[in-house]
Amino acid sequence: MNLSKILKNGFLILVASLVLTACATQKKTTGQLEGDVYSGSESVEYLASGVPDRVFFATNETVLTTASRETLRTQATWLRKNSDINVVLEGHADERGTREYNLALGERRANSAKDYLMTYGISSDRISVLSYGKERPVDSGSNPLSWSKNRRSVTVKAN
Amino acid sequence: MILRYLIILLILLPIKAFALIEVDITRGNLNPLPVAVSPLSIDKESKNSFKKILKRENVGAEISIIVENNLKQSGLFNPLNKDAFLQKPDIANLKPRFEDWNLIKAQALITGRVTFVDEKLRVEFRLWDVLAGKEMMALAFTTVPSNWRRVGHIITDKVYERLTGEKGYFDTRIIYVSEEGPKTNRIKKLAIMDQDGFNNKFLTLGNELVLTPRFSPTNQMVTYLSYFRNLPRVYLLDIETGMQEVVGDFPGMTFAPRFSPDGKKIIMSFAKDGNSDIYTMDLENRIVERITNHPSIDTSPSYSPDGKYITFNSDRSGYQQIYVMSSNGKNVKRISFGNGLYGTPVWSPRGDLIAFTKLHKGKFYIGVMRTDGSGERLLTENFYQEAPSWSPNGRVLIFYRETKTNSKGEGFSAKLWSIDLTGYNEKMVKTETDASDPSWSSLLSN
Repeated sequence: MNLSKILKNGFLILVASLVLTACATQKKTTGQLEGDVYSGSESVEYLASGVPDRVFFATNETVLTTASRETLRTQATWLRKNSDINVVLEGHADERGTREYNLALGERRANSAKDYLMTYGISSDRISVLSYGKERPVDSGSNPLSWSKNRRSVTVKAN
Repeated sequence: MILRYLIILLILLPIKAFALIEVDITRGNLNPLPVAVSPLSIDKESKNSFKKILKRENVGAEISIIVENNLKQSGLFNPLNKDAFLQKPDIANLKPRFEDWNLIKAQALITGRVTFVDEKLRVEFRLWDVLAGKEMMALAFTTVPSNWRRVGHIITDKVYERLTGEKGYFDTRIIYVSEEGPKTNRIKKLAIMDQDGFNNKFLTLGNELVLTPRFSPTNQMVTYLSYFRNLPRVYLLDIETGMQEVVGDFPGMTFAPRFSPDGKKIIMSFAKDGNSDIYTMDLENRIVERITNHPSIDTSPSYSPDGKYITFNSDRSGYQQIYVMSSNGKNVKRISFGNGLYGTPVWSPRGDLIAFTKLHKGKFYIGVMRTDGSGERLLTENFYQEAPSWSPNGRVLIFYRETKTNSKGEGFSAKLWSIDLTGYNEKMVKTETDASDPSWSSLLSN
């Protein structure tokens, strides 16, 4: 790749990130979306007081956001204190994808949450993973906000 | 199986390939061929016997309606209104008065007769070229009376083949997922029906989530994904006996199953630790083989009809794209290069095309491309649709479509649709309930 191309791409990325930031700030005012990751609390349930049960993902993404990592650290702390509890991580996708690919994507999302819990000291034999793909949306809407609530990994008590 | 009772008894007149009327199927047919389907004639005694057994007033007339409906649905034929027919069915079957049929602008005429012989249903039928004043085909066969709907489908297959030069797809069934209940908690059951929507049967009770059923080329077995005991695994189901079993012993989710063209293997994805790869299991010796080994998602595998190649879906390039490889997993080659994401590749039974789902700028498309990725053609665009399945002759694709919900999240539905390879003749396939994940069987009578 020559220099001008790199510069051009760099410029495009810069423009794109400016646009994204603009969107994020704009959407942030609704308190519901950061980029296209859900940041509200509407569908969230609690494993214990102050321990949210789910984390959300960007479209087609399996990377954990800063907020997601914080939620998972809270879950890890709670799990360390309650060593008799095992969990199932249920991975989900939104409806905007083919069924089979979404099953794989849900599995990948749940596993990225599992990996994070494991780095915070939770043994892998306490965690199982289950993908529902797009089969169990929490929100039946056909709009970006509904889809963002559905792209999630939910930690569910197994016992 | 019902097939056993179906014996083609005799071919009255094997006509040489001397097509007088021809139906052009290479393009979308904007001028469907006008065809008159005369009710099959039936004698009084046979009529009464069938009435007792089948509870049908006039099985001859009803079979002709099945033929008519099939021809109409294909988009290639225009069955004429029976009210205009001048000749009585029994006389027409012996010797049609071609002037009469010409008068109502019929180019082809189908006549026939049903009789009750030795507790069986015997049917004979003839296809006539009205303009040339010639018989094009005559066939007779015998079956059990309860197969009467299939008789209509077999007649259509023979007529279709004679007039288009390609095998038909009417004596076939569709297996699909029946859906009920709210979008957030759908109840899903396996269901099977004739290609025209009749004889619908549920194969599971809806106690567990089931997805993606696919027919075996031998037609008695189906492979599908079931969440039985919350363990998503690929299962094998014998439609005749209802027996089912888990395919293989995998320590994690298996999904996206399909049969190999010889029906001896199941190819599927196995997901573990966030990675999905493609595996096969031989149904005879239970040997499991790993076909892909890549940290990306590899899923939706589908064999070429000769079994030498596999097309599949992978996001190894960063996004969902379509790939082709040798059946041993070697020589992986990306074939989709257009704008957008590509999924659910399915190899055509003729071998020359791959059907797929494409997502581009918020719209979903069903399309086809050649097996090297060239000649991409999008057949239909919608809010959401996916999962095409080929008719056994490779002419028609069946897929499912979901509706957009309103601002309150209401109004969700999922329906089966079919479309001709040419992009014409898009139609909703009627089902008793909402429906998704259709899979088309091979011809039952072959």
